[in-house]
Parts: sequence; structure tokens; C-alpha cells
Amino acid sequence: MRAAIRVLLAATATAALAACATTEGSGDSAKSASAYDYPDTPYPSTYQPYPGVPTALVGATVYDGAGGRIDNGTVLFADGKVVGVGGADLAIPAGYTRIDGTGKFVTPGVIDIHSHLGDYPTPSVDAHSDGNEATAPTTPEVWAEHSVWPQDPGFTRALANGGVTSLQILPGSANLMGGRSVTLKNVPSRTVQGMKFPGAPYGLKMACGENPKRVYGSKGRTPSTRMGNFAVNRQTWIDAHEYAAGDRDERDLGKETLAGVLDGEILIHNHCYRADEMALVMDMGKEMGYRVTAFHHAVEAYKIGDLLRENDVCSAIWSDWYGFKMEAYDGIPENAALLYQAGACVVIHSDSENGIQRLNQDAAKAQAAGARMGIQIPDAEVVGWFTLNAAKAMGIDDVTGSLAAGKMADVVLWNGDPLSVYSRPEKVWIDGALMFDANDPQRRPVSDFELGQPGEGDVK
Amino acid sequence: MIGRTLLAASAALALAAPAGAQDFAITNATVATGDGSAPIENATVIVRGGKVVAAGANVQVPAGVPVSDGSGTWVTPGIFATVTDLGLVDVGAVGESNDTAARSSPFSAALDVATSINRRSQHILVSRAAGITRAAVAPSAASSIFAGQGAMIDLGDDPQAIDRPRAFQFVELGETGGRLAGGSRTAAHTLLRNALREASRFGEESGLVGGPSRPAEVSTGDDIPIDPRLVESDAERATDVLLTRFDAAALVPVVAGRQPLYVHVERAADIRSVLALRQEFPRLDLVIVGASEGWMVADEIAAAGVPVIADALTDLPARFEQLASTQSNIGRMQDAGVKVAINAAAMEQPRYLPHFAGNLVALASIPRAAGLSWGEALASITSIPAEISGFGGRLGVLKPGAAGDVVVWDGDPLEVTSAPVRVYVDGVEQPLENHQTGLRNRYRDLDESELPKAYDW
Repeated sequence: MRAAIRVLLAATATAALAACATTEGSGDSAKSASAYDYPDTPYPSTYQPYPGVPTALVGATVYDGAGGRIDNGTVLFADGKVVGVGGADLAIPAGYTRIDGTGKFVTPGVIDIHSHLGDYPTPSVDAHSDGNEATAPTTPEVWAEHSVWPQDPGFTRALANGGVTSLQILPGSANLMGGRSVTLKNVPSRTVQGMKFPGAPYGLKMACGENPKRVYGSKGRTPSTRMGNFAVNRQTWIDAHEYAAGDRDERDLGKETLAGVLDGEILIHNHCYRADEMALVMDMGKEMGYRVTAFHHAVEAYKIGDLLRENDVCSAIWSDWYGFKMEAYDGIPENAALLYQAGACVVIHSDSENGIQRLNQDAAKAQAAGARMGIQIPDAEVVGWFTLNAAKAMGIDDVTGSLAAGKMADVVLWNGDPLSVYSRPEKVWIDGALMFDANDPQRRPVSDFELGQPGEGDVK
Repeated sequence: MIGRTLLAASAALALAAPAGAQDFAITNATVATGDGSAPIENATVIVRGGKVVAAGANVQVPAGVPVSDGSGTWVTPGIFATVTDLGLVDVGAVGESNDTAARSSPFSAALDVATSINRRSQHILVSRAAGITRAAVAPSAASSIFAGQGAMIDLGDDPQAIDRPRAFQFVELGETGGRLAGGSRTAAHTLLRNALREASRFGEESGLVGGPSRPAEVSTGDDIPIDPRLVESDAERATDVLLTRFDAAALVPVVAGRQPLYVHVERAADIRSVLALRQEFPRLDLVIVGASEGWMVADEIAAAGVPVIADALTDLPARFEQLASTQSNIGRMQDAGVKVAINAAAMEQPRYLPHFAGNLVALASIPRAAGLSWGEALASITSIPAEISGFGGRLGVLKPGAAGDVVVWDGDPLEVTSAPVRVYVDGVEQPLENHQTGLRNRYRDLDESELPKAYDW
């Protein structure tokens, strides 16, 4: 068996990917790779940046997201892109609108790597419960974007209160393989295509531990144990290899996603709490020829910071959620700091329509817990936990996540230190367009759902 | 007659100063008393015999009282968390460790959490380390709109956790209540009215409080509430009653206004319906919990004098009954004169209370938003919940005569980066170790060159 898998792996390493859905952002091309034509990128992004004006943010403390801090900094952006980041001496070209940020702070747009906005929207009624296709333990064939409701009011709160400019919407964790994620720009849109982050790679949501075995065990189906979880996963990967090694002519939605993972084009986002399980999952990846990009929730990641560093796997975590389920019983507030100390990648995530409004505060809390045990982490590094590190783990760090010339002008002007409970976004730009302004009652999105209802347009 | 004996026996003090209380003074600290006022710099707090004797600037420490220098620290009263499930749960999703709800119980209003508080629950230990010294503990409704009777507890490291058993009854009257009552809000209101009338009748016929045979008692707040369920009574009940005898007995103090009725509602219309209950049951001692749309009827709530335990940061229409929710809800209600505490049940863990309060301070700088001043925000998690819980002036505040519940913080207590360095309950310094600190200490490094981590403890 082992030899057979090696053969499979070798075969897929050279196999051309005929039917894999890549995400190049231009969905107009079609190829004749199968018995019928279908677009290379179905449901393509139609997102176009909204108009902005050339803007110079001056006088603020700038965290660039990549570990840099500039006091009395200058951030220039125009035509949707960052033009320059520097000190007070950075020349401001003619025609730029100056915004005085004295006493304020500038960061890249906040990025949440783990959200269910749109697929578990509010109001949280059964009719909106579209995040778990909990009818089979592996559903790699489902795509989160087909569940996302763009009118979820949660998007607007994440923007206005959280400064969130990009986010990954994941399927839920009922299934071992829950389906494809979708990465969005946090712009109001009539369609989900109008939010899709151009060129962002897809993710495959996987889940280990309690949830899949509970959901299917309670139905009298496999998996009902953790070993069952692994058995189903492994067999599914073996079958995927067989598909991937073939000509891929016959369309198979689930296998296409799995083949995309094996080809390295779809990233694995693996819900996993316990350290011992994460270690096993990383070995499963080696056995089956894929790698985990990020463990999500990862409350015990601090126990294996060394392994996570060696395997180059990010941990997307809350600062201190605790004890709500058995596999969260060993969560500690020092998780992020201990991972940082071990040299492993830290991402602060929300998994919550409420927490997404305060990712900056959650990061600050995790930083402080570390400081109390003697692990000092610079503020500028901590800002990276909810900006550039998230972008890296989502495969979009080449275009966003930090303030650097040429990147998307996804920018938050905070009215104070973003690592303080007392600070809030004052202005938020997405691709250089001002999408939220606390000082302008009209520069605040109101979803269709909220029109004509109590609280429409309120500060929220 | 046996009832009278029970009543007499129950007149015990729940808030007596414990043995082992230390006298101490903290000087040069930033002291926030919890009464809504601004923090005082370079101030002093003195605790003697388990009670606060002084807090403020220009306070002289009496000879013989040990003094610690609080420079760089902040000192506040212990946080008062309401409403919580502390002590009822080890792991929420592990059913057998979770005593919050009893879906299959034949009883509802009669359920009494005071019998089941585990003071060694990690959630209590973790909350204590976060500066929470007192909590209201409520059951969750599952078999009826009535969740049962909640208790007031302290989080001190001593065998006596219950400060006040049967401190309130909890009832669901909004969307949740409607489903529990059989499918509609109308069913919930009907069930409630029927229950209160059955209780009223039972109270009269069994000679319990509220009945004509007993004079009104003076409530000091320290008396242990009677347990009317255990009063021997052979009073006949009608043959068409819905409530069990135990449930009816448990509701007698509610209908008599001797036990507060905590009502969970969110929608403005539901809040109005709750306030209107007093027209039929004038003695109800109402507390509204949730109240996401409270700001829309804030004047009416204020006029009724009904306090609110409100969700602080709920700003999404998670339910149709929360369409108008906004983080400005508490600020607007307070501006209208409503007494508002922050609801600890509306966050992942009660230990987030200071951070939620801090977020309300942040709103003060947002155009059109309504927040709280720093002092008000602290009061919303200390003195105000204590007042709503019946411990006004005695808990949640640093003033002479109040319990020596004192927390020394390494910074601004409402800031997410701050944490307690010392916690006192009734003047007794508390251990702050727990499962989490043990794990933190063990995994400070990953060195197993000599022995596995299991030997590191």
C-alpha cells in the first residue's frame, strides 16, 4: 500500500491539471478539457475597486503590517494602490488630499482568515443556516461562495467596527472536508461575485476532532471516532490521487477540489484544537502529498510550537476562548505568545460575527498575556497577526496585508492605538476607496435587510 | 407551623466576615471606587476585618495596618458578574458536566442552582484570576419558560460559595420563551400569567409569604430567603392546575415581590409587555435581561424603575427580536435614566466584562454613538450589578462598610492588556492559579531532554 501511494504521488507530481479551477480572476477563458466546455474559473470575480482620490495620510503612527513602525509617518495611495510609505519627509505629490493623522494610527486593512459571514448570516434563522452540508462526512464538492448572502449585516459591522477589508469565508466544521472557502473583499455588493477577491486561491476547509465524529457518529455513520476521522480522510485522499493521476476528463466536483489541493493550488485550512491531533494531521499530509496551510482554532498549538515551525504551518487562533468544549479545555491566553517564541506563525482569527469586530483587541490581549510571562512582542509584530500573517495564510500577501508600494490600498485610520480597547476605525479604505468614515453618517453601508427596519443606518 | 420554624431558622448572615481576613492598606495607587466616579490618582484603600474602611485620596493609614505600595497599579472593587453559569459547568459541550439546563426535568421554577454550585470549577478559578469576585448564577430555561432560581455567589477560595440562594427567578418571554411555551409569545405570556395566579393562590392557601396571614417582613438583604417549596402545607389545590406543587411554591415569593423576577426579552415590544405585567401583578420585582432594543423604550423603562442587565456589544440582528441592536444601547438607556449593568451572559466568558465595559468607553469618541464615561463603565460591572442583585453599598464598591473585595491591576482595568495581580474576597487574598496557569508554566518551553513534560508540575 505504501509503495502504491508513492507511485500515485509521483504520478500526480507531473500530471497536468486539466480541470482544476484556478483563480486568475478572469473568467472569460474556457478550455476544452473535457467532453463539454466549461469556464476555467466559474463564478468569476466581478469586483472592481470603487473610485478614490489620491490620499496622503500624514502625522500618524504607521504600522505597516510587516513588522515596521513609523512614527509621524506618511502613507500615500492613489488609483487603488499604495504609492509610498515613509516618514514625515516623504514628499507628497501634487493633487493628493492630505488627511491629518496626528495622534492617530494607520494599519493595513484588517483580515479575518476565519469567518462565516454570509454562510451563517444574521438573522441566524434556520433558513440562513448555509455553512455545513452535514449530509456526508466529506463534501469537498461544495463551495462556500454558493452559500454566501452578500446582504449579511455582519459584513458592515466588520468594516465599521473592525476595520476588516478582506476575509475568508469557510464552510463549517461538521465535516472532515467541509468544502471550498472563498476569499472576499469586504465591499457591499449585490452579488457574491462582486465581493470575490480577484486571484485569491481557494481553500479547502477540513476539520478534525470532536465535530465530525459527533455529527456522523450520532447518525450511526462513520466516522464516530477520531480514528474513524483519519480513516475516512485517508481513503478519500487515496481516491483523489487516483482521480488526479488520471486524465481528469470526467468532471467530479469533489475530486477536482482535492486534486487542486494535491496540485498545491488550493490551500488546506484545518479546524483542529488538540496538539496531538495536529501532529497526526501534519503527518497525514505527508503521507498523502499535501500540506496544511493553517490550523484554525488550534487552542493547543502552544504545545507543539516547534513542530508547527518546522512544518511551516500557521496557527489561526483566538486569544483566549476557553473550556466550551472538551478539546478546548487546555486553551490558554499565552498561546499566541508561546507560538511566537517558538518561531511559529500566528494569525488571530474570529470565527464569530462579533469577534471579527475586535480582532485588533484580541491580538492585544494575546500580546499582553505573553508580556506577563516574559515574552515581549513588539506592537508592530502583533499588528501583523491580523493583517500580513492572515494574508500569507490565505495566499494573498503578494497583493495585500501590508502597506507597501504597489499593494492594494486597503488601509485603516484608527482614532487611537489599535492595540487598545479605546480605539476604533475612523476611516477604512478598500483599494483606495473610502468605504467607511465615522465622521460621515452616509459613508456607512446599510444592507438591504436593514432598510426600513428599526435601527437602519444607526451607528451600530 | 413548620413553615414558621423554617423561616426563623433561615435568618442567617450570608455576608459575615470570614476568619482569615487580613487588614491591609494599598497606597499610591489609582483607585476607582466603582460608584461611577472617575478614578483617583495617588489614592489609598484600607481594608480591616474583611471590610473596606476607607478608599480615596488623603487617607491616613492607621498604625498597625500593613501597607503595600501600589505605585503603578490600579485598585478597584471586585468585578460583579451578572448573569453567569459559573459553577454549573465544567465543559459546556460535555453534557454530563453541564448543569445549566434540565430539558427532561418535571420541574422548572422549582429548580434551585444553589444546590449545585461547584466552587472548584475551572471557570470560577479562571474568572477569579480575572478579577471577578461575585457573580449571579442563573439556570437556563429548557423544559419551560421558567429556568428556575438563581443564586448569588462569591468566588473566594473557601467552602462557602453561596452568598444568597434563591436570589431570583429567571423566565424567558421573547423568542426563546415563545418556543419553550409551545410555539408563540402569546403562549409564553399565558403560561406566565397562569403560573403566577396558581402561585398566588397557593401562597394564600398555604399561609406562605404574601398570604393574608403573614405580616410583611423587613428585608435586610442578609436574610437567607425562605425556601417555600419545603414548607409543609396540605393546602388543597384545584384539580386543573398546570404547575407542580414545587413549582407553584417556588413562584410564591415572585408573585409577592419578595424574589426578583429576571425576564429575558430583547425586542422593544416585548419589553413593553414585561413592564405592563405590573398592572396585573403589581408586586413583581422586575429585572430585564438582554434588552437589545431597550434604547427604543428607554424612557418607559426608566419611568417604571426597572433595572436592566443588558448586552453591551450586541449590534447585529442575530434574531428578529434584535433588529435595532446597537453598541450604543447601554449608553442611551443610561442617558434616559435606566439603571444598566452589563450582561455577562452575552460574551464568550464572564472575564471579558472589563473589556466590554472598555468598549463602551470607546464609543464616547464616535460621532452619534452613546457610550459611558470610564467611571460609569466600571460601575456597570461592579456597583450597578451589585445593586440590582440586592447588595447595593455592600458589594461592587470601595466605600466604608463594603465587603473587602479588592482587585489590584497591573494597568487600567478596562484595557484589554491589563490583568489582576492580586485579588481579595472579603479581605482574604486569593490564589490565582488554575488549570490554565499550570499549562502555561509547563509549556513555557518545550524542553524534554531530561524527562517528558508530564513530570513538569
